[in-house]
Amino acid sequence: MPFVTAGDPDLDFTAEVIRQLVDRGSSMCELGIPYSDPIADGPVIQASYTRALDKKIKLADIFQMLGRLTPTLAAPVVTMVSYAIVYRRGLEEYVSGAKAAGVAGAIVPDLPAEESAALAEICRREDFSLIQLVTPTTPRDRARLIAERTTGFIYYVSVAGITGERNELPREIVDNVAWLRRQTDLPICIGFGISRPEHVRTLAPVSDGLIVGSAIVRRVAEASTKPRDEVLEEIGDYVAGLLAAMEE
Amino acid sequence: MPATSRVPDNSGRFGPFGGRFVPETLTRALDELAAEYDKASGDESFQAELDDLLRNYVGRPSPLYFAERLSRQCGGARIYLKREDLNHTGAHKINNTLGQALLTKRMGKPRVIAETGAGQHGVATATACARFGLKCVVYMGEEDIRRQAPNVFSMKLLGAEVRPVSSGSRTLRDAINEAMRDWMSTVETTHYMIGSVVGPHPFPMIVRDFQAVIGRETRRQCIDQLGRLPEVIVACVGGGSNASGMFYPFIEDGGVAMVGVEAGGRSDKMGDHAAPLCFGRPGVLHGSYSFVMQDEDGQTCDVHSVSAGLDYPGTGPEHSFWKQIGRVSYTNATDDEVLAAFDTLAKAEGILPALESAHAVAEAIKLATDRTPDESVVVCLSGRGDKDAQEIARLTESRKLRVES
Repeated sequence: MPFVTAGDPDLDFTAEVIRQLVDRGSSMCELGIPYSDPIADGPVIQASYTRALDKKIKLADIFQMLGRLTPTLAAPVVTMVSYAIVYRRGLEEYVSGAKAAGVAGAIVPDLPAEESAALAEICRREDFSLIQLVTPTTPRDRARLIAERTTGFIYYVSVAGITGERNELPREIVDNVAWLRRQTDLPICIGFGISRPEHVRTLAPVSDGLIVGSAIVRRVAEASTKPRDEVLEEIGDYVAGLLAAMEE
Repeated sequence: MPATSRVPDNSGRFGPFGGRFVPETLTRALDELAAEYDKASGDESFQAELDDLLRNYVGRPSPLYFAERLSRQCGGARIYLKREDLNHTGAHKINNTLGQALLTKRMGKPRVIAETGAGQHGVATATACARFGLKCVVYMGEEDIRRQAPNVFSMKLLGAEVRPVSSGSRTLRDAINEAMRDWMSTVETTHYMIGSVVGPHPFPMIVRDFQAVIGRETRRQCIDQLGRLPEVIVACVGGGSNASGMFYPFIEDGGVAMVGVEAGGRSDKMGDHAAPLCFGRPGVLHGSYSFVMQDEDGQTCDVHSVSAGLDYPGTGPEHSFWKQIGRVSYTNATDDEVLAAFDTLAKAEGILPALESAHAVAEAIKLATDRTPDESVVVCLSGRGDKDAQEIARLTESRKLRVES
């Protein structure tokens, strides 16, 4: 499950990247809505948000692009979006706007369980997934509560930290996810730090999906200096390589 | 105690404002901090240790000084200055960092991170960390490193590492982002010593409580020196910690008017000021729901102030609450008014105020002029202006050049 920043370097290319990723076998796509103050993100995604916002990307433009893209896309798209944006747009309006654009759900990384009741209620009514996160610092009774409230899938954060490629991932992930699986029937996807085939080989057996962000965003960023076809091909090959590791 | 001062509730809400809008990764640390603070609040030895530090290390109580020449110059009310500038490290920030350093020790965390704008909180954090043997990293925007250079040297001399922040506007807001990101990865061993009444619950409450010593002392000093409470209290508001600490103990005193002064910058046009309580609207930033400067998509707007400490697009949730219930009125002072007030106070009283505090002085001068000599205006002089001398010289020079050309 790849993550792409909306509007970096522009929305047309974002749509092409998503299509390429799905054509090469991705089962779902996560689209990052650029935000000015993303505290959960590392330098790569942060810089991509800044570039997109420098080009005056608006939420309305993003939804418009998705409205054109999603009807012909073979996999669902979910958005990663700050609550600052959702709140300013209006909770109802955000969900209905996203739904109208063919979006299947939202990950709101700065909206912890105790603040999410109002948005969760709207999402339930609109049959729109509100994907919540469980992290290595989440106590177990709290993880159970989050699992009860989440819809779509559970996003298990592999590391206590921000997004970004890592050489090694903590060994406890496998056990933690195995425990979480016993608490819920929902699919569990793992994200943060995943970028290499060996990560995929370790984590694929215990999860229902792996989220790869910075490694893709970094490659997309090369579109400013390289021919776009070449960048698309490289991203496609990269993801195909990870998908092959999943099958092993 | 009546309801207005019995905030926040357990979820960190001041009326509708506040709360905790942060990544799940930080939730446990915030819960632990709230629990530790709760325990410490009920522990007499904690309060005794803090009181001892405030008296013998900070030099409290800070004086309430009658600014006689300034008052005479205004020809109206009597102006009193609450001299937080006389504290060790030269500002009110030390009240909070010592309290949080004691909490850090109780939690057994060896490392502290902090953000700083003007550098006052950075210096106060570095000081508290030196005093308690804690490792200290301070995040500071590159623009602020330039304009508050003396404080950067002090932090380094105190053994802190200053990490320049080059993202975004390279000011306080970006320093907070970077400190939060650090905390995301180090939360098990690190305490985030936030410097204002902003951020996720329980920070706005903890910082207010540690700063409330300002208002408690002022209240006592007013009764001793004036024989009664003042008519008006004025304090500057960026994140709003000195104002919060000054106002909170007076919240139930209906007869005392209170005025928070934001950074009016160059003009009231978006991007020219840093006055969310005057010109912004409620939204989410840095973990809490409060007045903020955002565009229609929820993106944080660039702001401007001559003072690095007020150059921030958000404000504390309790200030939003006080604004909403009408208990405190919020106004702003422009860069020009602030530089004029700085000059006035320097020449009339021999006191260089921090540019942040000069916002409150500017408003106090206006208020005092319109009032009578039997009335009193108390100003929270939150910090001293030595750190600003260079920047003011530079600004004065460039203004002169503009006028001449």
